[in-house]
Amino acid sequence: MTPRFEYAPAPESRSVVDIASSYGLFIGGEFVDPADGKSFKTINPATEEKLADVSEANAADVDKAVRAARRAYDRTWSRLSGAERGKYLFRIARIMAERAREFAVLETLDNGKPIKESRDVDVPTAAAHFFYHAGWADKLDYAGLGPNPRSLGVVGQVIPWNFPLLMLAWKIAPALATGNTVVLKPAETTPLTALLFADVCRQADLPPGVVNIVTGAGATGQALIEHPDIDKIAFTGSTGVGKSIARTIAGTRKRLSLELGGKAANIVFDDAPVDQAVEGIVNGIFFNQGHVCCAGSRLLVQESVADDVIHRLQRRLQTLRVGDPLDKNTDVGAINSAAQLARITELVKAGEAEGAQRWSPECTLPERGYWFAPTVFTGVSQSHRIAQEEIFGPVLSVLTFRTPDEAVAKANNTPYGLSAGIWTDKGSRILAIADRLRAGVVWANTFNRFDPTSPFGGYKESGYGREGGRQGLAAYLDTEGTH
Amino acid sequence: MLGVASLTNKALRTWLHGLPGVDQVGIEARAAALATRSIKTTSKSWAIDTAIGMIDLTTLEGADTPGKVRSLCAKAQLPDPSDLGTPQVAAVCVYGDMVGIAKEALGSSGIHVAAVATAFPSGRASLAVKLADTKDAVKAGADEIDMVIDRGAFLSGDYRLVFDQIAAVKEVCARPGDAPDAHLKVILETGELATYDNVRRASWLAMLAGADFIKTSTGKVQPAATMPVTLLMLEAVRDWRELTGEMVGVKPAGGIRTSKDALRYLVMVSEIAGDDWLSPDWFRFGASSLLTDLLLQRQKLRTGAYSGADYVTID
Amino acid sequence: MARLEVRKTYKLYIGGKFPRSESGRSYEVVSTGRSPKFLANAAQGSRKDIRDAVVAARGAVKGWSGATAYNRGQVLYRVGEILEGRREQFIAEVSASEGLTKPQATKIVDAAIDRWVWYAGWPDKLPQVLGNLNPVAGPYFDISAPEPTGVVGILAPQASSLLGLVSVIAPAIVSGNTVVVITSEDRPLPAISLGEVLATSDVPGGVVNIVTGRTAELAPWLASHADVNAIDLAGATELPWGELEAAAADTVKRVVRPAGDGADAVEPDWLEAPDLSRMTAFLETKTVWHPKGL
Repeated sequence: MTPRFEYAPAPESRSVVDIASSYGLFIGGEFVDPADGKSFKTINPATEEKLADVSEANAADVDKAVRAARRAYDRTWSRLSGAERGKYLFRIARIMAERAREFAVLETLDNGKPIKESRDVDVPTAAAHFFYHAGWADKLDYAGLGPNPRSLGVVGQVIPWNFPLLMLAWKIAPALATGNTVVLKPAETTPLTALLFADVCRQADLPPGVVNIVTGAGATGQALIEHPDIDKIAFTGSTGVGKSIARTIAGTRKRLSLELGGKAANIVFDDAPVDQAVEGIVNGIFFNQGHVCCAGSRLLVQESVADDVIHRLQRRLQTLRVGDPLDKNTDVGAINSAAQLARITELVKAGEAEGAQRWSPECTLPERGYWFAPTVFTGVSQSHRIAQEEIFGPVLSVLTFRTPDEAVAKANNTPYGLSAGIWTDKGSRILAIADRLRAGVVWANTFNRFDPTSPFGGYKESGYGREGGRQGLAAYLDTEGTH
Repeated sequence: MLGVASLTNKALRTWLHGLPGVDQVGIEARAAALATRSIKTTSKSWAIDTAIGMIDLTTLEGADTPGKVRSLCAKAQLPDPSDLGTPQVAAVCVYGDMVGIAKEALGSSGIHVAAVATAFPSGRASLAVKLADTKDAVKAGADEIDMVIDRGAFLSGDYRLVFDQIAAVKEVCARPGDAPDAHLKVILETGELATYDNVRRASWLAMLAGADFIKTSTGKVQPAATMPVTLLMLEAVRDWRELTGEMVGVKPAGGIRTSKDALRYLVMVSEIAGDDWLSPDWFRFGASSLLTDLLLQRQKLRTGAYSGADYVTID
Repeated sequence: MARLEVRKTYKLYIGGKFPRSESGRSYEVVSTGRSPKFLANAAQGSRKDIRDAVVAARGAVKGWSGATAYNRGQVLYRVGEILEGRREQFIAEVSASEGLTKPQATKIVDAAIDRWVWYAGWPDKLPQVLGNLNPVAGPYFDISAPEPTGVVGILAPQASSLLGLVSVIAPAIVSGNTVVVITSEDRPLPAISLGEVLATSDVPGGVVNIVTGRTAELAPWLASHADVNAIDLAGATELPWGELEAAAADTVKRVVRPAGDGADAVEPDWLEAPDLSRMTAFLETKTVWHPKGL
């Protein structure tokens, strides 16, 4: 028997990044201690080791941050020309690229995602987002959003833990380009790259208060959302929290954009380019451990080719490498938190109890840390919980369909509407199906592609507003006339 | 196999065009992703030796002489005089008229002699000439025949002609009695087929017609071997085995010059076709300068210091 | 002796038909002015009428949003033609409903007809104005275009019974949405006459559904209905609109708040030229990616 290849443990060096033992809140251009001195720890989910103590902002801290943002808006940022704002953003983009390795390693340590993803996707796309929006800052009159686009003021932003730095970029870059100032709350399990971003703001000489970062959990976010001097909220996270935010600000004049959950259908027709479709299925659900709101978590495969596709998929999954996220060969990293692992475990149990067939490739999971093997459920029906609820983990539900109409009906049969995939070699079918899918992003013969120029966001309960592209600017501008 | 009573061009066409399509962007992204795998040092040493053992050390020049071929054969047997533990290459690949020279020079080394045949590299000759070319090389003792398909026929849709020619060449690769048949490697010349869909169809056509190996390129046309094309051919032999139980080999040829490239190909072989293909019986590199770089890297692994061109022989 | 006028019965407009309220209720509508006069008994719609209207609206989405933009433009322009033909009737109704002189009412009705025609020209422009190719950094064709949100609930303006009404219905339906409209509570009659115009034009039944009645009673049912995708609170000027917005949040509805500052809600000056916001509020951006390869 030929010896199987052994890939290196080829770990990226941790030494490129300095993690402080504790972090303050970034308010008015400097790190300050929280009012009541409270802190919480952030850990490496792959090892459960503590990385740092992070301040927990209370309502007084949030108020301080909002005041700093208001002051910066009134005194500097709203008075700057678009061209000058743009130059700051260009600086930020460049500094992020220069410090890309540092960001990638830190993101992987704090989040658990494979270094190849933080290195090749998260960080470069985040830098690209700043670069793209930098160019918009002095061209807003040409964005086609109305004759007199005006900034809104102070924006409160709450972001999730699945793409900590990238979500920060999706939020901060357009907000700053359009002339707003920001108070951003990163997720409590992944605050470190946002705190490193504060150092980027320092190096860029960004005026104090234009970007403020308050760390904390749900209560911190709630304080931010409820703050009366916030003009706009931008939130990415679960649909449940999104609804609660919408209720909270109801009756105020705060603007709101929401990027919420999803349960995307990835539809594979019998004439699909099957090997690429398998890659797309894998990328669709196992990219970032399935911690992706637009993950292709429901595979809808045409019944006539279902056996073949599932066979190919299972064979492919046997080559997936699960393990140390810092290892450059790792394909699937750690689950971000114990709580998320518990949720995935619970839903997978429900899937088994409901009678779906569970399968995972052979893989050895590390002893410490939070891990879940790539999992495929076959024999799933629309009525199963694993076909309805967002699992947000490396768990794929496979359903079959017989006709294009049935595929569309099943794909749309969910309160969500974030993304969808279509795999077929027939161009006219792609266009017809794409037309009928109620989803904000449709990937045809590809999946999980992101670009700063490409608007991203959901239909239905997946939220409203877009991020990226010309359309994304609208969420941060007032362009309305009288009615 | 095709489920038809008689083999017509129409039947072949229907069957080949029924194969799943290939998305260019997707397959290129997959190949690029595989290229980022990082190999452990101990595996690297194994992989370099494995790659050396998979080389079809090639000279295909109009200026080839018996002297040139003999020195190539010397290098094939003793790639690195400074380390006698260095493995031999798999084969020496030459034009048909050099087969006798090569056979003699390689003696009982076990290294195969591969001959390009069938009006290599263009394939533009009558079937009679192609068969005579092949018979000549077989008679001279060639262990392997590297034939080219008729790309003109393929591109004009005459799959039956391509099939028949491969089958005919395969027939004349046979030797009477116990003498081993020459193995047939079928060169698709993927650079001229232009699309991945065509490469997939040509791969299956060659396997249907009896190819023992499918090979990317003559080395005379750009682009020659690429990672995505080889990946596609590895998928084809993988799927062929699932369908028939038979294994077919794959040989990328041309353009693979560095150890890093070679190791990436081996990663691809392992992850796409499977470890069964990690053997000179089922995977070859058609290359000339690749060996030099593999030897340099081998010396680096052995000594810990980077080596230089003067420490590798140039035959 | 003057001839006795033949009066008109005002009913609801749901799914292209004119039913009475399933509740059997009606309420008296009087003119605006120093000495209010009886105008008609309007149907007092119920929550079940709202439910039926939403069913009709949902059923009409596929056909209306699937029609070509050119066709929607043609159909909507035809509505403008019929409005013009009924101009005198609308002047009389608006005059009585809003307490305006005939010249004042004429100005309003003319503006309403012109507004409808302005919107009728939009269906085949919106995707061009709001959509575009995205120059992504990779070998992909990537395009974004607007699509209708689906079923839109509308609280029509309370004061401006025709111009305001047209200014909230037309922008919602040009892109392919269908609507359920709760009319001005006290000035509902022009809305039902508009329904008659729609019924006699080529607008498919169910695209516009009009329910008269008590706004405070009906609005919460519309705002909380799970099969409604968006809601325009223009007419929530006398209501705690924040509560309706909160109810809408339960299914992540798109909400257009009433004009005004803070909790105050006012009607805008509908005679002002509109912007695009009422059209864009009920549109989704769909982005489609496809690789480019040989």
